[in-house]
Amino acid sequence: MLATARTFTLDGISARPVRVEVDVHRGLPAFSLVGLPDPAVREARERVRAAMANCDFDFPLRRIVANLAPASLRKAGPGMDLALATALLVASGQLSWEALPRLAMVGELALDGSVRPVAGALAIAEAAREQGADAVVVPAENGPEAAMAEGIDVIALESLEQLPALAKGEWAPERPEPLPLLLSPNGHGPDLADLRGQRHLRYALEVAAAGGHSLLMIGPPGAGKSLAAGRLPSILPPLAPGEALEVARIASACGRLREAPTGGRPFRSPHHTISPAGLVGGGNPPRPGEATLAHRGVLFLDELCEFRRDSLEALRAPLETGTVAIARSGSWRQLPCRFMLVAAANPCPCGRGEADPECSCAPIAAQRYQGRLSGALADRIDILAAIRQPSAREIAGEPGEPSADVRERVTLARERQERRLGSGCCNAEMTPAQARECVVEEGAAALLAEAYSRHRLSGRAHDRVLRLAQTVADLAGAEAIDCEQMAQALQLRRRDGR
Amino acid sequence: MSPRACPDCLRRSWLLSHLAPYIEKIATSAPGSRSPELLRLSNEDLAAAAAPSAARQILASVEAIPERRLLDDLRAAECWACCRHDSLYPVGLRDAADAPWALIGRGDPALLATLEPEALVTVVGARRASSYGREVARELGRELAAAGMIVVSGLAFGIDACAHRGALDAGLTIAVLGCGADVCYPAAHRSLWRRICERGLVVSEQPPGAGAWRWTFPARNRIMAALAGMTVVVEAAQRSGSLITADLAADLGRDLGAVPGPVSSRSSAGPNNLLAGGACLVRDGQDVLDAMLGAGVRQVKKAGERLDPELLEVLAAVERGEDTCDAVAAELDLSGAEAAAALSRLEALGYVTCSLVGVYARTLLHPPGGASI
Repeated sequence: MLATARTFTLDGISARPVRVEVDVHRGLPAFSLVGLPDPAVREARERVRAAMANCDFDFPLRRIVANLAPASLRKAGPGMDLALATALLVASGQLSWEALPRLAMVGELALDGSVRPVAGALAIAEAAREQGADAVVVPAENGPEAAMAEGIDVIALESLEQLPALAKGEWAPERPEPLPLLLSPNGHGPDLADLRGQRHLRYALEVAAAGGHSLLMIGPPGAGKSLAAGRLPSILPPLAPGEALEVARIASACGRLREAPTGGRPFRSPHHTISPAGLVGGGNPPRPGEATLAHRGVLFLDELCEFRRDSLEALRAPLETGTVAIARSGSWRQLPCRFMLVAAANPCPCGRGEADPECSCAPIAAQRYQGRLSGALADRIDILAAIRQPSAREIAGEPGEPSADVRERVTLARERQERRLGSGCCNAEMTPAQARECVVEEGAAALLAEAYSRHRLSGRAHDRVLRLAQTVADLAGAEAIDCEQMAQALQLRRRDGR
Repeated sequence: MSPRACPDCLRRSWLLSHLAPYIEKIATSAPGSRSPELLRLSNEDLAAAAAPSAARQILASVEAIPERRLLDDLRAAECWACCRHDSLYPVGLRDAADAPWALIGRGDPALLATLEPEALVTVVGARRASSYGREVARELGRELAAAGMIVVSGLAFGIDACAHRGALDAGLTIAVLGCGADVCYPAAHRSLWRRICERGLVVSEQPPGAGAWRWTFPARNRIMAALAGMTVVVEAAQRSGSLITADLAADLGRDLGAVPGPVSSRSSAGPNNLLAGGACLVRDGQDVLDAMLGAGVRQVKKAGERLDPELLEVLAAVERGEDTCDAVAAELDLSGAEAAAALSRLEALGYVTCSLVGVYARTLLHPPGGASI
């Protein structure tokens, strides 16, 4: 007898529909699984066999062929166990389930028949809705996550034993309470008040947050670079509901949504030994990298100069386009990655900075080190903040302004930008044409022209200063960019080697 | 009029490059033995002193190089040569007992006729220079070149390169190399080397293609010291090669100048000691001009635009060593935005410069009224 069940496999951050077809007929007892399964899927046979036996079902001693269609799609992960077991139960006549064709189901089976959570429940529930399914059966632990998808019924299943009751309609569980969509931090995260003194750094952070500008912090070890970067999400404007859902979908696909959520924008700080695939995503089927995990949030690269050159090179195009394109044999995926880049570096290999007489770096070593700061990736960075060791008085002094106050100003500045550029856009993303449309007062324009010729700015740097100046003006609530704001933007700009 | 060199003087250069490894052994084995003293010796004595066993063979092989080969080598390397018997040979070098027999160089040889010691200033200093030293060297080079002087230096990292760059901004410069004039050492300065070839001179006593040895650096220092009427040391640690140049210049009776630095800084110990020993105090190009040509004979022009009191305060803070925007803000109790705007204006007016890593340094530009420094 033949039975089919619908399930999904995760590909990047989206779910692809898979139909599990199980045929049971006479012959020597065998269980073969075809349709491009990866090792985790192949092992499903053993899990299904044990789970059925331990839930008082019979494992049919006949010839069983399970096919995962479409056969051309590579299937990964253990999420297809539940659908496989269900189809096998129906095919062997142990279960009759009329509603099965209108259902989608995912879940990994434990040997005792309980259903274990899978990654990507949110994306799977949404994909099931797109496919026209009435309900999606998910592991109990994934219930709240899957319930975030609106317009589809969610059944949270704890064990294979519950299936007969569910099939007969004797047991109709309630739709689980969806996870809350946290648009802004819930207040448990780190707060900017911890940053004492460091006025210029605070100012640079505020401008960076207000305009979505990328930021490079240079200073000796222990001066507070990582501390400052970690507090950046707390001053970023709240997510729009659509954006929050995107963030949740990515977190869900990586199986991270069930961890205690702090809300608001993600903050990712990969170690500097990370590979290109780890940073932008890779593998087959493609898995999202840190850049995608930082979507709509902050990607912090501490010790920028220590990162592998190829890893940084790989970040260039995604930074420009806001998406990662991963091409694998037979597949081409685009993953979103609109993040704010924040980097930190020491001023020279020893960290003291060459202005310090104690600096023991050979000039050529310092030069080579700084050469990396002006490399291809650094070219995409807008703001440079030089950091120094805060004085004892500052460390012991008053706590700084709390994040909430700063976030208020930043949010107002973002609202101005969205009115001008369209929803979801910020100054850092202005096209050169849009940048030329900024309203600049006469004196400010003269100041920019003077700097352009004196410092031999490139055209790109010129536009960068304009964007920064627009953000400074937005923070001040000004309609046109005045001299003072232009001067501040010129100071904040990243310096290049020329 | 093009420079000429007689074959015997040219062969001396080729002999030096043949003897280079032997001289290296002597110059590095005994502390205090300096190559310039060896270079006073005649061909035969030098060969015998440097390579007692191979002397005759090396002399014979150099002697056997036909004149044509010498000239072909020069032409292939796009170099000219000027020997001590030629009227274009720089006057300053004639004062030195150990002067090179022939100068081999690149660049416009017509410049050779103008190389009076009174028109040349040698600026030397540490390769590992602070941003203060580099800024001073650059400004010194710029001011002196703008005032019509030719700046001589050694194309090394740090002070040398900054002096060359400053001079190229405003006028002429000469690089004296320890390797062949067609060899760029250090290689990182290739674009600078090319610009100097176009705008000034690159000279050496070594034949084309010769590599650099440890002893060739003090050897070229003697050329720098003899060429110029004054030698200025910008930054140098206690045992720096720049101090060899200073010694050699003093031995020749040339003027010696030094740029003062913090007494706590190791890299300013050399010039500070020179000053204590009676060297001429050099704060800017004007001090050099006054010392060489007499007070007030030639003027360096520089004074920035007038500054508001607030900007003067920020400038004073940078002078005190508050070298980041953050430090200035904390020192003067300004907001981050105010400090940023003020520093940006000072940078636009040329009073401060900002490094790649966001560290500010004071330039030599004075606000009118002379309130600071």
